[in-house]
Amino acid sequence: MKEDPGYYDYWPYENRPKITWPNGAKLAFWVAPNIEFYELDPPDNPFRKPWPQPSPALPGYTSRDWGNRVGHVRQMELLDKYGIRGSISLSTALCDHHPEIIELCKERNWEFFSHGIYNTRYTYGMTESQEREMIKDSIATIYKHTGQKCAGYLAPALSHSEHTLDLFAEVGTELFGDEAGFYSCDLFHDDQPTPINLRNGKRFASIPYSLEMNDTIAYLVQKITPRRYGKELMDNFDRLYAEGAESGTIMCIPTHNYQVSNAHRIKAYEQALEYITGHPDVWVTTGKEIAQYFLDNYYDTALEDINAKNQRYGPIG
Amino acid sequence: MALLDKDYLNYPERSYGMDHDRYEWSMLQDRKAIAWPNGKKVAVWINVGLQYFPLNQKGIPFKVPGGMTKPYPDLRHYSLRDYGNRVGVYRFLKAFDRYGIIPTFAMNTRLAERLPYLVGTLKERQNEILCHGYHMDSLHYGGQDLKEEKALVQKSLDGLRELMGQEIKGWISPAKNESANTPDILANNGISYFCNWVNDDMPYNFKTKNGLLTAMPLPTELDDYFIINHNLHSAQDWAEQVEDAFGFLLKESATEGGRILGLNIHPWVLGQPHRIQYLERILDYLGNHDDIWTASASDILKAWKDNS
Repeated sequence: MKEDPGYYDYWPYENRPKITWPNGAKLAFWVAPNIEFYELDPPDNPFRKPWPQPSPALPGYTSRDWGNRVGHVRQMELLDKYGIRGSISLSTALCDHHPEIIELCKERNWEFFSHGIYNTRYTYGMTESQEREMIKDSIATIYKHTGQKCAGYLAPALSHSEHTLDLFAEVGTELFGDEAGFYSCDLFHDDQPTPINLRNGKRFASIPYSLEMNDTIAYLVQKITPRRYGKELMDNFDRLYAEGAESGTIMCIPTHNYQVSNAHRIKAYEQALEYITGHPDVWVTTGKEIAQYFLDNYYDTALEDINAKNQRYGPIG
Repeated sequence: MALLDKDYLNYPERSYGMDHDRYEWSMLQDRKAIAWPNGKKVAVWINVGLQYFPLNQKGIPFKVPGGMTKPYPDLRHYSLRDYGNRVGVYRFLKAFDRYGIIPTFAMNTRLAERLPYLVGTLKERQNEILCHGYHMDSLHYGGQDLKEEKALVQKSLDGLRELMGQEIKGWISPAKNESANTPDILANNGISYFCNWVNDDMPYNFKTKNGLLTAMPLPTELDDYFIINHNLHSAQDWAEQVEDAFGFLLKESATEGGRILGLNIHPWVLGQPHRIQYLERILDYLGNHDDIWTASASDILKAWKDNS
């Protein structure tokens, strides 16, 4: 086991080279609906129990199934209303189980990125070749069902190995060259995109996805009220929008249809979306577009600045 | 050395629809719109959980949420739950009558055995009763012995039917928990609808080995215990969430057909002196709203069946 994942270098949040988003925008805003499939009777994993109760674990399973049966369309209508294309964090088995949902997202030209096969199959305990096979299956499934070359990855249930990002980048290259496998949502160390160090040296970015703004963290872990969540979204936006004048920032709202689309929660969410998209200097976009824009325009200057800053007083000890 | 079996990357259920055969996969938006009687938009189903948490809790296979947590005898939790059946429930009844709301009661059979006065009161009211299992510590769970569970369902239903003098067609398991056999056993015991699966906002057909059940939507998300005791929100927060939910469902009903606001509430939670006003605020608001249909679970189910 390593003390530090080694994926990124220290990069203080001051005097960074200025990022300006397209059309002079100060903040890149993206919404990442997780569209997931949880299994009723998943296989055991020695490191993590899928459900707290013996199977059938109805509380967890049925609430997530609600997200697909009821919640998805509610959130989709809201994103349509505010001109937001979702960046789908996809349990790719959902292409087989619920192709109707995939079609609705395709019609809207939403982005699909990989969130593994099922959210009840964890990376923990996989050999490198097993993890590679799982990632390859997920990218191939997205391509088969949507024609998209998967650019981004969020490990299933945020379960990782030491090589998760390397493997994703490598499989992307193997299947589609530089057109796939170039950004990660798995790291929460920054409010701006950052270069990621990979063993094959590929140009690869971490795009802020925000655990703090994640509805499941807010509702299941922090257990806050819907109105409080709406307020926190707006507070988060206000600060990042202001700081974006100095150098472009990113705000992401990661959502789950089984949380945010509930009848008692969707109003607060809508108020936040209306507020955020009502500002002039917001680039309403997708994860992939942000990553591509960063790699094309700012990746090299970011690397130079990271090197310069780490030389000033010395690198990480 | 591989820590996971190679089958960990096999996905036997990866095909169209669900990963089990209990119901058809369908999105709510694709289904026929439902019209409630008299042009009402939102059916309001107030479901009152009348629960008995025994002091000698066994916790098999887990401690029921809301149950005893301290070493025996856990008097604080026992008596605070019991408060609901002595005090809170009578506050509830007054409030329902004052605001013209028709409640449905989900009762543990053991509670009915213990409290003839409450049984007599409920019988006089003639509200619908559904069975909430035997008591809160008699869980239905994966791996439960089939014979044991059959006997438990039968004891719960036979006992409650006899005491209440009602048919009893509805079921909610304690903690909404089940074994793989529970729906089959319920269908074999005269149950026609159950509320354990919180995966939809409208009723839907649920297959069992013994014919169809209807799954009725009673969301845990708006449950007073869930919001107040699990999420640790205030009773005012509960009321605001109910108001926001109702507002949204009403809006959705304008284009998508009738909706159901199912509120599962408990007299030991909302029946407290500092909380009852928020239940009254909701009942007052709903009771005076032109677009709501206050109805029992069975009446909602019947109306759904009649036009679905």
